[in-house]
Amino acid sequence: MKLWKSLFIGCSLVAVSAGLAFADNGDTLKDVQAKGYIQVGVNGDLFGFGKADQKGVWKGLDVDTARAVAVAVFGDYKDRLRYTPLTAKTRFTALQSKEIDVLTRNCTQTLGRDTSLGLDFVQVNYYDGQGFMVPKALGVKNAKELGGATVCVLPGTTTEQNAADFFRSNNMEWKTVTIENTAELSQAFWAGRCDVLTSDASQLAGLRASAPKPEDYMILPEIISKEPLAPAVRHGDNQWKDIVNYAVLAMINAEELGITSANVDEMLQSKDPKIQRFLGVSPGNGAALGLDEKFAYNIIKQVGNYGEVFERNVGVNTPLGIERGLNALWTDGGLMYSPPFK
Amino acid sequence: MPAEQNNTAKTYFWNDEKTRAILYQIVTAVFVAFIGYYLISNVQTNMEKQSIASGFGFIEKEAAFEIGESLIEYSAADTYGRALLVGVLNTLKVSLIGMILTTILGTFIGVCTLSSNWLISKFGTLYVELFQNIPVLLQLFFFYALFYEIFPPPRQALNPITGVFITNRGIDFPVPASDPVWGYIGLAFVAACIVIWLVYRWAVKRQERSGQQFPTFWVGLGILLGLPLLTWVVNGAPTEMDVPVLKGFNFQGGRNISPEFSALLIGLVLYTASFIAQIVRAGIQSISHGQTEAAMSIGLKPGLVLKLVIFPQALRVIVPPLTSQLLNLTKNSSLAVAIGYPDFVQVAGTTINQTGQAVEGVAMMMLVYLTFSLLTSAFMNWYNKKIKLVER
Repeated sequence: MKLWKSLFIGCSLVAVSAGLAFADNGDTLKDVQAKGYIQVGVNGDLFGFGKADQKGVWKGLDVDTARAVAVAVFGDYKDRLRYTPLTAKTRFTALQSKEIDVLTRNCTQTLGRDTSLGLDFVQVNYYDGQGFMVPKALGVKNAKELGGATVCVLPGTTTEQNAADFFRSNNMEWKTVTIENTAELSQAFWAGRCDVLTSDASQLAGLRASAPKPEDYMILPEIISKEPLAPAVRHGDNQWKDIVNYAVLAMINAEELGITSANVDEMLQSKDPKIQRFLGVSPGNGAALGLDEKFAYNIIKQVGNYGEVFERNVGVNTPLGIERGLNALWTDGGLMYSPPFK
Repeated sequence: MPAEQNNTAKTYFWNDEKTRAILYQIVTAVFVAFIGYYLISNVQTNMEKQSIASGFGFIEKEAAFEIGESLIEYSAADTYGRALLVGVLNTLKVSLIGMILTTILGTFIGVCTLSSNWLISKFGTLYVELFQNIPVLLQLFFFYALFYEIFPPPRQALNPITGVFITNRGIDFPVPASDPVWGYIGLAFVAACIVIWLVYRWAVKRQERSGQQFPTFWVGLGILLGLPLLTWVVNGAPTEMDVPVLKGFNFQGGRNISPEFSALLIGLVLYTASFIAQIVRAGIQSISHGQTEAAMSIGLKPGLVLKLVIFPQALRVIVPPLTSQLLNLTKNSSLAVAIGYPDFVQVAGTTINQTGQAVEGVAMMMLVYLTFSLLTSAFMNWYNKKIKLVER
């Protein structure tokens, strides 16, 4: 009896480990198509980038980016996305361990992350930089006056290291308070546990918009770092990387071509070969990516071009009120630039 | 298989019970080794395929992140190794202080629940029910929020005693300015402890021999305070203090107990004490009431009944489950991450995030907590053996 029991346990162990052996990076697209949805890692606490509203509807620039990917794969995004809210510390492990298929969670692309974390970044969907937020009552006018301050910062972020570099290079003393959860961290800041909250400028704007009294806080003028925020996929799955990459680029390219969700149907009649190729009127692009020929059309129709997505989530008419700045098209003095779709 | 059948010529080795047992053992061992090898090599190939870095080389690299509080000198320019050491020490600090306080508080509450005084016993019961039934994470959030919500910012610091400031940044209090004398006083304190122990041994022996009692407690207290005091006076009685002063954003100088540490310590101590109280109550109740009555009847005071008759016997019931509660406290201290106390899990988590080496990081976490737990168990087992009922 005992023998059979241990044999049984042994066999099931072998079966389980054999299952694990097949879990390589292979084919995210096939996995996703088989299960019928994309598991996407998002922030969960960041207004304007990734947060569910009071009705439970996910909203934000990163959420729209994920929607563009879903539309590219499935033709629509309704019920095609499942969201996993991740903290800064858990996000990369979640991607490595296949808990999620794509990470759109305001992640800064760095050389170290690109090479040693087993992931690949795609087209940047927001060019950011690190700033400092302080209560106006503190009377601080610029970041060089912050010597001796207590600073609230998210652990495991590039901002944590940038702040350390900034204070070190300026020979200033400082103390950190690091709390993993963004909501808990900002709560501690509103209550005065620390003098300064440091993070990406966009995130500061988002957090300030959700403060009990937004007008009591100001963001200092200095931007101390480059923070190119980009979606990420697992290293080694090139087709999936291409799909995510060109889903983001399609939104940028559409803005360059003057295509919006409102006029995309008229544009189908356009005589411009660039537009015809882009919208799949003349085929080729879709097949090359392993997608429907209309993938770009669907993205623009359902999600919008990059300008629309930006203005809807973080633009000047939202509580965040962020100017396009670096995120304008290259033709308008920004950095957004798409390679040709051909 | 009965032994007499071994005599027949037709017994094959696989029919021999002993040989077969050994065979099974070998097969199982090979099997386990194979699975272990398989899992490890699988992890390695997959990590290579994803080009995730591996190995412990990162320990020598610059950490480049700051840690909120530390028992040793640390800056962002130090290595990951040192950062992790800071984390280990922070975990040790909160665990050790927590274990001592929670044992004292738990015992006190446990005795309270058994009090014949209605008010005291109901207080004890209320305490246990309240703290035992609220998740410890919620309690931590509560105490942490309490700290930063009710105490004022540094510029309006509460100042209950000269030199002591209470703010939402913690409690700042003065400490004696650094002077070699304080080192000597520390030594004098250790010496005093040793002397007291010797006096105690001598007093116990004398009482066993002659029945004469010796005021060990008062003499001990005298030595404990007197010896360091004497050292202080002999060395010129330095009185210079390092007083915290408000400079810029925060208080500088003196010592600071952070809200994160306080909230974590209070939360863990109060929570664990409620379980220890139950253990102590059960231990005391396991001693039959006849013992108490017998002790009373020979004229012992209630305090002495507890100390001389009940506790020595109850401890045998109390110590094993107490050990597991103390281990729980250490393990629960990893919840620090939620309220920003830089314990080992937080530092290791940040390290994992920056280096991407989750396998190594988690292995280190397991090793550290395993070591803590085994050391605690070893100590408590030693203590348990020591208080075992001596059977004659």
